[in-house]
Amino acid sequence: MDSLILKAAARFLVSLILVFSIYFLFRGHNAPGGGFSGALIAGTGFALYIISEGARNVRRAIRIDPRRLITLGIGLALISGIPAGFFGEPFLTGKWWSLGGGKGLSIGTPYVFDIGVFAIVLGTILTLILALEED
Amino acid sequence: MKSKSQSDSERILRATAIFPLAIFIGAVWMLPRISAGAAYRYAAPWAPTLGVELSCLVDGLSLLMILIISGVGFFVSLYSADYLHGHHHLGRFYFFLHAFMLSMLGIVIADNLMALFVAWELTTIFSYLLIGFEHDQEDSRASARMALLVTGAGGMAMLVGFLLLRIAADTFEISRMVAVASQIQTHSFYGAILITIVIGAFTKSAQFPFHFWLPRAMAAPTPISAFLHSATMVKGGIYLLARFHPILGGTPQWTTLLIVTGAITAVGGAIMSTGESDLKKILAYTTLMALGILTMFLGGSATPSLTAAMTFLLVHALYKSSLFLVAGIIDHQAGSRQVEKLGGLLDVMPFTAFAAFAAGLSMAGFPLFFGFIGKEIMYKGALAEPILSGLATTAAVCANALMVAVAGILMVKPFLGRRGRYPGPVREATVSMWCGPVVLGGLGILFGIIPDWVATWLIEPAVRSFHFTTDTIELSLFHGINLPLLLSVITLGGGIAIYLAQRPVRRVVQWGGERLPVSGSRMYDLIIEGIYRLGNLQNHLIQNGSLHRYFLMVAATFIITTGYSFLSRTAKFPAPVFQMLAWREWMIALIIMAAVGMVITARSRLLAISALGIVGASCALIFLNFGAPDVALTQLLVETLTLIIASIVLLRMPGLTAAPVRKTLTRKLMDGVLATSAGILITTLLLAVLTTNLDRSITRFYEQQSYLAAHGRNIVNVILVDFRSMDTLGEIIVVATAGLAGYALILNGGRK
Repeated sequence: MDSLILKAAARFLVSLILVFSIYFLFRGHNAPGGGFSGALIAGTGFALYIISEGARNVRRAIRIDPRRLITLGIGLALISGIPAGFFGEPFLTGKWWSLGGGKGLSIGTPYVFDIGVFAIVLGTILTLILALEED
Repeated sequence: MKSKSQSDSERILRATAIFPLAIFIGAVWMLPRISAGAAYRYAAPWAPTLGVELSCLVDGLSLLMILIISGVGFFVSLYSADYLHGHHHLGRFYFFLHAFMLSMLGIVIADNLMALFVAWELTTIFSYLLIGFEHDQEDSRASARMALLVTGAGGMAMLVGFLLLRIAADTFEISRMVAVASQIQTHSFYGAILITIVIGAFTKSAQFPFHFWLPRAMAAPTPISAFLHSATMVKGGIYLLARFHPILGGTPQWTTLLIVTGAITAVGGAIMSTGESDLKKILAYTTLMALGILTMFLGGSATPSLTAAMTFLLVHALYKSSLFLVAGIIDHQAGSRQVEKLGGLLDVMPFTAFAAFAAGLSMAGFPLFFGFIGKEIMYKGALAEPILSGLATTAAVCANALMVAVAGILMVKPFLGRRGRYPGPVREATVSMWCGPVVLGGLGILFGIIPDWVATWLIEPAVRSFHFTTDTIELSLFHGINLPLLLSVITLGGGIAIYLAQRPVRRVVQWGGERLPVSGSRMYDLIIEGIYRLGNLQNHLIQNGSLHRYFLMVAATFIITTGYSFLSRTAKFPAPVFQMLAWREWMIALIIMAAVGMVITARSRLLAISALGIVGASCALIFLNFGAPDVALTQLLVETLTLIIASIVLLRMPGLTAAPVRKTLTRKLMDGVLATSAGILITTLLLAVLTTNLDRSITRFYEQQSYLAAHGRNIVNVILVDFRSMDTLGEIIVVATAGLAGYALILNGGRK
């Protein structure tokens, strides 16, 4: 769509939406959000970008093929299941490590899993929207 | 042209031959204990709730198979890198080859029926990939598919047999079934078990009437034919028959079924081999003969018969793998496999010629060769059978006489004869190619010299592991002047006579082959065609491309099944209690109804889809109103994206008024009735659910455990990524698959 207002607004909005989607991805463990909704937000952002700039420009801007993103996501989700195996627990059991003790930052394999979900969902959305807009 | 890196990778791939070699050495190391009558057993829990163990048993029979599989596998691995020199997919080839070998080893060491079945299916899949390795050729694909469908169907029959056997024997362990063999044989399922398991073995071992896939499978690269049809794939069925011999064998049904089928396959295969002039096709039909002979002797239950089966199993593996590899060398070096075009190769390829003669003479059963010993014990066994002895003896003599003639055709013309016309200079193959056939063929001579050793170390332990007898098991070169020796003389004489008359014989066999009224191959074609027709018919009925009809069917099915199920149970639900709605709930309801009205009356697609988006967004408001922010959020986001994607699609479509199908009143009426009844059904269903007592113990568990066990306060997210992450993993893979499938559809639609 060739609209100056949309183009100018989109550049500004898309970056905000993408940052917001990452924020959503990580806050998901304690508040509404998570990989799936984060990816939907990012997908909406990209859709806006595609509508304003055209699919070809967006494909160039994101550099990697969205289908790769799907593969990456499946890989991350699978890898996140492995550490539990070292503790003799079933595949995909969440493992947590605390940085700085007690009230410090907790880091766990479910985050990696959630990032995998994010990548798969975003990859799928981008694959479909880009293909639809391009032909 | 070949580059440096390519030949490097070929060298590395050839070096993977070390794996089969290691297995072979390991098996040799087990030989002393096994031949002393011991067996190795290993078991680990697999699916304990189903009583399925991952159990392995290595006894004499398994060990003989392991030695054959890994030994031939070693030489095939050495050979293939040079045979497929410069092939684009050599790495893939080696992967399939080794994976196939491991699945084959799985068959012969599995003690649990389910483990055996899994390995069995794996060999089917990998043989499919190997036979269809040259997948850019139509013939290759069709042959691979045929092998897959025939052996796969047999595998399904076998699975049914295994489950029935589990009921009859009350165990999945083969080694434990032997003790209850009489209970199985008198069980009312015995007939069904026998038929289904035997069908599995017959399809795998290409017995009549399932034999037709084997000659077609010659589309595979020659080293694969050598591996699949001498040592492994087809021997899987033979192994199965031997393994189940003490459990199902010895009954008149078993004996009749196996001896008659084996005799038909053996003689039929031998006759058909004389009608061919392609080296590989000839070998394919002689393989049918060998498999028929093996089946026939496993049908018997006298010690000499079973000894004959095991001896011939080894004899055949040695000479047939060697001959296949020789045929591959000739094809590779001289550029042709047609007997008529070949000749005089003895001078240029002495090592290959040695292998061909050693293997060929063993196949013909000349005295001093291992094949002769195999043939002698065969006649002894056939004569010792209590029933169908005449049939077995006649079939064995006929098949063997034809083998003598075929061996002559394979050896004399290509290597002696007048020098054929070749496109270029013909050289001997590389060492890694000829060493296999030379060693395998040479073993045929060595074993012929030391039959006692072979009998003690290999054959006797193999026979004793499925035939419990006190009879002595021995092999020797000369038994004195007796009936078997006389039969041998008849065989040799008859074979030489057929050899001398090879051209007229070939013409007669070809003439007869074209005039056969029915054949397995034609039946197969008819069945496949029928399946395609049925598929087309079914597609025409329910997959005709009309979205409207799909949706109609889904909605109608839902209303009928769920509605019936609900209405037949209404008595269980108390009357629903209506609560007064708050004003904002009324607002949402009104918005939804207004939006639905817009959807129905909209004149443009974009308006309709936007109005539908309002319905979705209002639903999100309902979720929010009742304290489910996560669900509301996801609903809203999904709704937004759906709207965007739908708009992208719809912008390219013609307007609603331009749609080719005009909606008639009846159609509108039908759609309306369907939609309304679906709505009413869902509403009453939900109201009914509300009147029941919800079990909140699961909610309580998650509320308590969410932060303690999973470090998260958002229960929904914690359930998704931690407590039930395995489900989520499955779901995201579905998302990925659906996405890629949609992508493919979009690309395809663009191309049209």
